[in-house]
Amino acid sequence: MKDMTESYVTEDGRTIGDVMLDLRNITLRFGGVEAIKDISFDIREGEIRAIIGPNGAGKSSMLNVISGFYIPQEGEVWFHGRKRPQMKPYQVARQGIARTFQNIALFEGMTVLDNIMTGRLNYTKSGMLAQAIWKGKAEREETENREKVERVIDFLEIQAIRKTPVGRLPYGLKKRVELARALAADPKLLLLDEPMAGMNVEEKEDMSRFILDVNDEFGTTIALIEHDMGVVMDLSDRVVVMDYGKKIGDGTPDDVRNNQAVIDAYLGVAHDD
Amino acid sequence: MSADFLYGIEVVINGLMAGVMYALVALGFVLIFKASGIFNFAQGVMALFAALTLVGIMEGQIPFAHLINATFGTEIHHFGWHVPALLAIAMTVGVMVLFAWAVQRFLFRHLVGQEPIILFMATIGLAYFLEGVGDLMWGSDIKTLALGLPQGGARWIEDATAGLGGDDFYGFFIDKLDIVATGVAIVLVTGLILFSQYTKHGRAMRAVADDHQAALSVGISLNFIWILVWSLAGFVALVAGIMWGAKSGVQFSLSLIALKALPVLMLGGFTSIPGAIVGGLIIGVGEKLFEYLIGPMVGGATENWFAYVLALLFLVFRPQGLFGEKIIERV
Ligand SMILES: Nc1ncnc2c1ncn2[C@@H]1O[C@H](COP(=O)(O)OP(=O)(O)O)[C@@H](O)[C@H]1O
Ligand SMILES: [Mg+2]
Repeated sequence: MKDMTESYVTEDGRTIGDVMLDLRNITLRFGGVEAIKDISFDIREGEIRAIIGPNGAGKSSMLNVISGFYIPQEGEVWFHGRKRPQMKPYQVARQGIARTFQNIALFEGMTVLDNIMTGRLNYTKSGMLAQAIWKGKAEREETENREKVERVIDFLEIQAIRKTPVGRLPYGLKKRVELARALAADPKLLLLDEPMAGMNVEEKEDMSRFILDVNDEFGTTIALIEHDMGVVMDLSDRVVVMDYGKKIGDGTPDDVRNNQAVIDAYLGVAHDD
Repeated sequence: MSADFLYGIEVVINGLMAGVMYALVALGFVLIFKASGIFNFAQGVMALFAALTLVGIMEGQIPFAHLINATFGTEIHHFGWHVPALLAIAMTVGVMVLFAWAVQRFLFRHLVGQEPIILFMATIGLAYFLEGVGDLMWGSDIKTLALGLPQGGARWIEDATAGLGGDDFYGFFIDKLDIVATGVAIVLVTGLILFSQYTKHGRAMRAVADDHQAALSVGISLNFIWILVWSLAGFVALVAGIMWGAKSGVQFSLSLIALKALPVLMLGGFTSIPGAIVGGLIIGVGEKLFEYLIGPMVGGATENWFAYVLALLFLVFRPQGLFGEKIIERV
């Protein structure tokens, strides 16, 4: 086990550190359905970890367990070397774990800017009303939040739609705004549930670039679910493969590509896609 | 100008003032409905309960005195002190916050994810429960709310406007209490809007109103926000209770003003704060003007039903309310 906790430098020069999140023997049931069956794996600091598998394999459920939306019947979640007590989603978010959703969850009635600003709520103590009264500290806080949000907006190249109500945006841009909101929270761990689903080739390339840049420039650890094998192979340092709630593979993209169980699972569903 | 026309204007002004009250109650509904999708049938009873609590605290009444006396054979009723109005109001706000917390902790926390109709039924239960608690705590007799608010016709307005019409016109008669109520309502609404736009918790409140999942993912506690909106609704109920109570005494009928809020909501839409205000004013003016113009022809008492008929017309021709977006059925 010792070698697993030692940091190393990747081919492209990024440093992968200790285990950040450790999932131990997670089992999740919905009534009679076992969505996750006794799965263990870890996510290390600085890495891009992909979770792949056919539809219904339990990938989204896994992200939901990590982010506190689902409570597993069995198993433990360890974060930064400590066993995590049962937590509500908002408590998980406050620990520095941000996420996006497979079916996009944005504030449809707000502008792009306001949506992204909500990512800063946990860094806000006073708000602008206090600012009007006390100036000073509250003002500095608001300025900091705005600067951070503007940086994220520049980074994801969405300046042009800052003031657009989110409800009016096309699907691809909504996905990007959702990522922006998650990034605004300065997360330690970023969970992305199918960030490229339903996108065209060009949009996918943009999104891949953003994900790589986030990881590289901010050092953000990322766990993502993705169907496009090409994308997964390009992006990720390590891959977990799930099928029918079970883990059937875990390792580098090359390991996983040559794993017979994985090949079978994928050939079995290849015609569904 | 003819006296009839001027009296018509007076009716409109008084209608606006009555409308402010409807708007206040409707506002309480909108706050809770927006944030949680719960149609809170108990909003009117909350106004009654808040007003009862305020009077009880001011007069130094011992809560649950009847119950205590019946159980222990004692004869206690009062602490023997009077609490100044402002302090009593602050304490009542405290009680309403406690109530908000209890409602969340003991009722809605156990009903998360239930159908809207179940939540609605729960608030009906809550309304009767709260009414009972109010009775038990403070007794069921009619109480007067002596806050020292100005009352009666504003003489200066009468004097200043008397010259507008001929000999038949004696100036506008406007109740001073209504003027105060309007001022308070304006301050309250402005405060609420500032709060929701410019404070951390206000922004979180709007986020929760928009999307629960998304709100959770940015670290907002739904539970906290729900306690917050119920507290705000409790505060709005207290203000409505004070105004109404000062006018007609604190008694059970106060909880019935909630029924007038229903047509207001149908006009204004269930999720729009401006809608609640404009809807309240339209109903207020509409029913007063209708009574003034048409009432005499149909034997009067039109104020009992006018608001509901107007709301029905709206339901038929503009079901989304004044400010709601057009409802397009997806098939
Ligand atoms: N909230 C839920 N209630 C009931 N069943 C669920 C729920 N979420 C997921 N499931 C079930 O769990 C299994 C895994 O689903 P999911 O995690 O969404 O798979 P994936 O993301 O890999 O496509 C499916 O059988 C799905 O029906
Ligand atoms: Mg999924």
